[in-house]
Amino acid sequence: MSKYVVAAANEILPGQRKLVNVRGRPILIFNLDGDYFGILDRCPHQGASLCKGQLVGLVESDRPGQYNFTRNNEIIRCAWHGWEFDIRTGKSRCEPEKIKATQYNINTKTGSEIIEEAYEAETFDVAVEDNYVVVHL
Amino acid sequence: MNIQLMDRVATDQKIKLAIADCDIHPAPKSVPVEIYPYLSKRWQDYMETYGIIYRQGFPTGPAFPKGQPNAARRDAYPPGGGKPGSDLDFMRSQHLDANNVQLGILNPLSCGQGVQNQDFSAVYCNAVNHWQIAEWTSKESRLKASLMVPYEDPSASVKEIDLWGGDSNFAQILLLSRTAEPLGQRKYWPIFEAACRANLPVAVHAFGYGGAPVTGGGWPSFYIEEMVGHAENTQSLLTSMVFEGVFERFPTLKLILVEAGFAWLPALSWRLDKLWNRMRAEIPHVTRPPSELIRQHVWLTTQPMEEPEPREHLLDTIEWIGWEKLLFATDYPHWDFDEPSRALPIRVGKEQKEAFFLKNALELYNLN
Ligand code: FES
Repeated sequence: MSKYVVAAANEILPGQRKLVNVRGRPILIFNLDGDYFGILDRCPHQGASLCKGQLVGLVESDRPGQYNFTRNNEIIRCAWHGWEFDIRTGKSRCEPEKIKATQYNINTKTGSEIIEEAYEAETFDVAVEDNYVVVHL
Repeated sequence: MNIQLMDRVATDQKIKLAIADCDIHPAPKSVPVEIYPYLSKRWQDYMETYGIIYRQGFPTGPAFPKGQPNAARRDAYPPGGGKPGSDLDFMRSQHLDANNVQLGILNPLSCGQGVQNQDFSAVYCNAVNHWQIAEWTSKESRLKASLMVPYEDPSASVKEIDLWGGDSNFAQILLLSRTAEPLGQRKYWPIFEAACRANLPVAVHAFGYGGAPVTGGGWPSFYIEEMVGHAENTQSLLTSMVFEGVFERFPTLKLILVEAGFAWLPALSWRLDKLWNRMRAEIPHVTRPPSELIRQHVWLTTQPMEEPEPREHLLDTIEWIGWEKLLFATDYPHWDFDEPSRALPIRVGKEQKEAFFLKNALELYNLN
């Protein structure tokens, strides 16, 4: 498994997303409250770019008349037919056991770790004191 | 430190199969800028004062919300602004070039049809016909226009057809499926007669404003039911056309059913045949089995394609309908777009694939 540095951590702030390209694969990186997640930017249904989708949440109900709005901005809704995927797991909201967006392992590393371990990176400057988002592929 | 790397392999270098897209929806960038030049001052003033009043109850927009805003793919908004489907360059890059569309049939919606004021409907359809040529077909030879007619006023419709008949910018005459009366009724016959005279197929696109509820059982609670209603509604209009004897009266008529699904057609044909066998004394003017008339006169666009499990059932269904009767369509830029490389969920032979995606359309529209 190779590791690719794809962005400086502060480029993708909580609630934001960024589309990167790793070895020809478009990967969509999300920051949810400081945790980074990555999914292939291709909807499992008919292949739309998930990056163009809308971030939504969940409306759940324990009993009639009571509604809870949860998971705000943690679900991505495809720009075409509206299939929804949980960003934390990649799983489809409707058919989690059957349908899943391809997920990648993402974490952050400091500049010095990156330089030491000779990560592969986009063409950009890595500074020792900063943090970077790394995709494992 | 500067690290160089990464092989950027293009993800899709394969040459894509050439396709016809028989359902593309163009929209004006702005009605005052693009449509008003073809409307007289009197009708511009009318529009400013009264707006467009459709043949439906009180809502000003569609009676049901859509799957996405403006019924459009969220990625189909042109970068320079404006509605999805309003920018030819963006349509080229996002769809025509990207999906190797060789022939695109334009079906303008909310463009003068189903409008209560009949005179306004007629002039608006005429304006949209001019607009399609000026903004689309004259600039992009892959695109063909639909001849818009104010179908609730058949004599005005005939005038419009006779005006443009023979103009190669137009590939078909467009109606919407929710008409005020069942479409086979004789009120509409002059339109079919003029279509045969002009040698243009009549395409009936789902939606419209006929005044009746959007399902056979009344007004449903949910948008999802409206979506299913198109199949019902289209079956009703086809049944009406068969039993009113339209296809026997106009033996060269070609009918295209657009965006209403297709998997229901075999079952409908079986039922019509069965009833015709037993009950045709009531309709002696229908002398041939309905399934035969349908097979001869009717084509269907593919989007939104049914997605049965197991998928092979779709093959059976297409066999029953006839591979030569389906016309591929994406519905670009609408949200229920069918992606050409993914829409047909089964492997089929080369010949069938080419017919389905391109050749059927070229043949039907005489563009070979
Ligand atoms: S392509 Fe994403 S929902 Fe269909």
